[in-house]
Amino acid sequence: MSKNKQTLTGAEIIWECLAQEGVEVVFGYPGGATLPIYDALNQYRDKVRHVLVRHEQGAAHMADGYARVSGKVGVAMATSGPGATNLVTGIATAMMDSSPIVCITGQVSTAAIGGDAFQETDITGATLPLTKHSYLVMNVEELAHSIREAFYIARTGRPGPVLIDVPKDVQIASTEFVYPDDPISLPGYHPPERATDQQVADALELINGAKKPVILAGHGVTMSGATDELVQLVEKATIPVATTLLGIDSIPASHTYNLGMMGMHGTAMANHAIQEADLLIACGMRFDDRVTGNLKTYSPNSKKIHIEIDASEINKNVRVDVGINADLGTVLRQIIPKVKQRKRPDWMKTIDGWREEADQRDVLKMETESLMGAQVIRVIWEGTGGDAVIVTDVGQHQMLTAQYYSHERPHTHITSGGLGTMGFGVPAALGAAFFLKDKEIWAIVGDGGFQMTLQELGTAVQEDSNVKIAIINNGYLGMVRQWQQMFYEARYAETPISSPDYLLLAQAYGLPGYRVEKLEDILPTMKKASKHEGPVLIEFVVEQHDMVYPMVPAGADLHQMIRRPHPEFKNTDA
Amino acid sequence: MKQILVALVEDKPGVLNRIASLFRRRNYNIESLVVGHSEIPGASRLTIATDEEEHLRRNIIRQNLLKMVNVIDVVDVTDQPCVIREHALIKVKADSSTRGEVRNLADMYRARIVDVGKQSLIIEVTGEPDKIDSIIEVLEQFGIIEIMRAGKVALTRGADKPTNGNGPDSDTSTSNTTVNEAN
Repeated sequence: MSKNKQTLTGAEIIWECLAQEGVEVVFGYPGGATLPIYDALNQYRDKVRHVLVRHEQGAAHMADGYARVSGKVGVAMATSGPGATNLVTGIATAMMDSSPIVCITGQVSTAAIGGDAFQETDITGATLPLTKHSYLVMNVEELAHSIREAFYIARTGRPGPVLIDVPKDVQIASTEFVYPDDPISLPGYHPPERATDQQVADALELINGAKKPVILAGHGVTMSGATDELVQLVEKATIPVATTLLGIDSIPASHTYNLGMMGMHGTAMANHAIQEADLLIACGMRFDDRVTGNLKTYSPNSKKIHIEIDASEINKNVRVDVGINADLGTVLRQIIPKVKQRKRPDWMKTIDGWREEADQRDVLKMETESLMGAQVIRVIWEGTGGDAVIVTDVGQHQMLTAQYYSHERPHTHITSGGLGTMGFGVPAALGAAFFLKDKEIWAIVGDGGFQMTLQELGTAVQEDSNVKIAIINNGYLGMVRQWQQMFYEARYAETPISSPDYLLLAQAYGLPGYRVEKLEDILPTMKKASKHEGPVLIEFVVEQHDMVYPMVPAGADLHQMIRRPHPEFKNTDA
Repeated sequence: MKQILVALVEDKPGVLNRIASLFRRRNYNIESLVVGHSEIPGASRLTIATDEEEHLRRNIIRQNLLKMVNVIDVVDVTDQPCVIREHALIKVKADSSTRGEVRNLADMYRARIVDVGKQSLIIEVTGEPDKIDSIIEVLEQFGIIEIMRAGKVALTRGADKPTNGNGPDSDTSTSNTTVNEAN
């Protein structure tokens, strides 16, 4: 790091700091309050690439998508007022899914703050509950320190979004600049690391003594880089794994002990195993209501171990017997050498029974008249050799992707889990493409969510992003329609939704577009799409009234699943 | 039993707002909150009283506070031997016929009369919250015009400075507050 002192403006300091932090790309949109920053960008083009988005929400999602596939901090930039408020949905999305992003916003000049100046918004105030931390930098001397701390806070501990609001006069003011390289020390911020010996001993006693253990693998597994350790523990002690939506890529889908996703649209075997278990080992997950169902009847006979980087998650929703507030990978490395090698044939046999029944209910094994969403996802899986990075939007297609696209490697399944942000898919996939330059990336989106952020097609074309966009079009806001069908006597209030002609839309934006209505046309169309370097849009016209099964109704007991109708089985589990 | 938390926080703009916002969005109720400079330059100490009864939720409140970057330490002193004081100013109706009686009552509570008007007195009183409640009750017969209560401040007894041990090498797990045993 350079120790040469030089006098720089605040705007130059911002780019200098981003370069020092190893930032390769910034997703942003210029405006009045960021003019000095964008003017200074011209001197830093060789170090940092700027991607012009079409709406600031897209910038935040792109930074988020970039962060999730790279493990690095994603950066979004917006002007004051509406530019900053447009980031808010993206910031909240990153917060709920613990994604490390730094958002830099312009602000009106310090003298004008608080006076309702043109394009003034109190964005640090507005985002206070939605950020891990935030800075309003009131003088240029604090700028470099604030940016450095922001990156450190965003990526360490439980990662999350950090916002830095920089008034215009601070961007213009000059100061002597040295990028600090001393260790960052924040008096109130110490991410936990190891488990205590006592905690390890307590956990081992429960694991070694359990007959029917289940591991619950969440987003923390991939975020902690603990996927290898997870497999080691699973294989040594023979413990089946149920994953959360964001934990889907934490263990290979083909692994014998992978039960699949748990919760509302999880596999029946995962949910039954959790309810029958005598020990749950929760790894980097937070017992969200979508995975527990009714808390009162949740896994009633199990002891519970919770390994979690965020202490405030332990005992929040589910009372646990052993809470370990530490880094997951570190804890697993502490536990694995001492855990007893075990086979659990009876437990695995019970689980296999649930697996067989689920296989027979699979819609892929049924005769269908129209193209089913699940079939599309499965063929995309085949066509990509199961090796693509899949980014989804939110809704039925998201759950179908979770169920039917089998992931073998970490950081290959990107989705908005906690916040459930429609419109996330396309921009997040574009963001991912700036890191994964040689990977096949598919954005699988619904017709509803796609229409929320479709303006980013402009960004895709301008940047020639190699992203394949699959619109699963059922003409409905399908997941809401499913709830209306199941719980509101099929009164479809405002869930039928029209679409533009997607082929014309693709043509208008200048990218290849295809429409697929038959199962046999999927693979040939995919081949054409893959051959084209750059963005491609494919519309899949699918059955309008299909539902996602199994389903645990909100607040119901986890084992009380509504199952896909099948002549040989009951339609519900109990 | 009310929960009483003593927090050491960085003295920076917006910190109080962050703490208040945390209580609001997590749906915890603040009964009183007092903040002022501490013995450490650049750090303020807060006493926060909540009406949360449930043990696990109390722990989550504390963990959520600790999670904030600007919060250096939080100790739950609810079950610790500690001195808890409240401060109040009470404006009460009093004319020449009742002034003497009010003054006698104030003396019994070791309260001070800090302002005298033709029709009113202001009484300043410090003590445990029960004592404040009690003097207010006995003054009600004269007619209370206004009350300003400053909220609880708390310090643990003894020479130790309790800490949650929120340091890089310490265990901040689910175990209860690991406060040094006060004498």
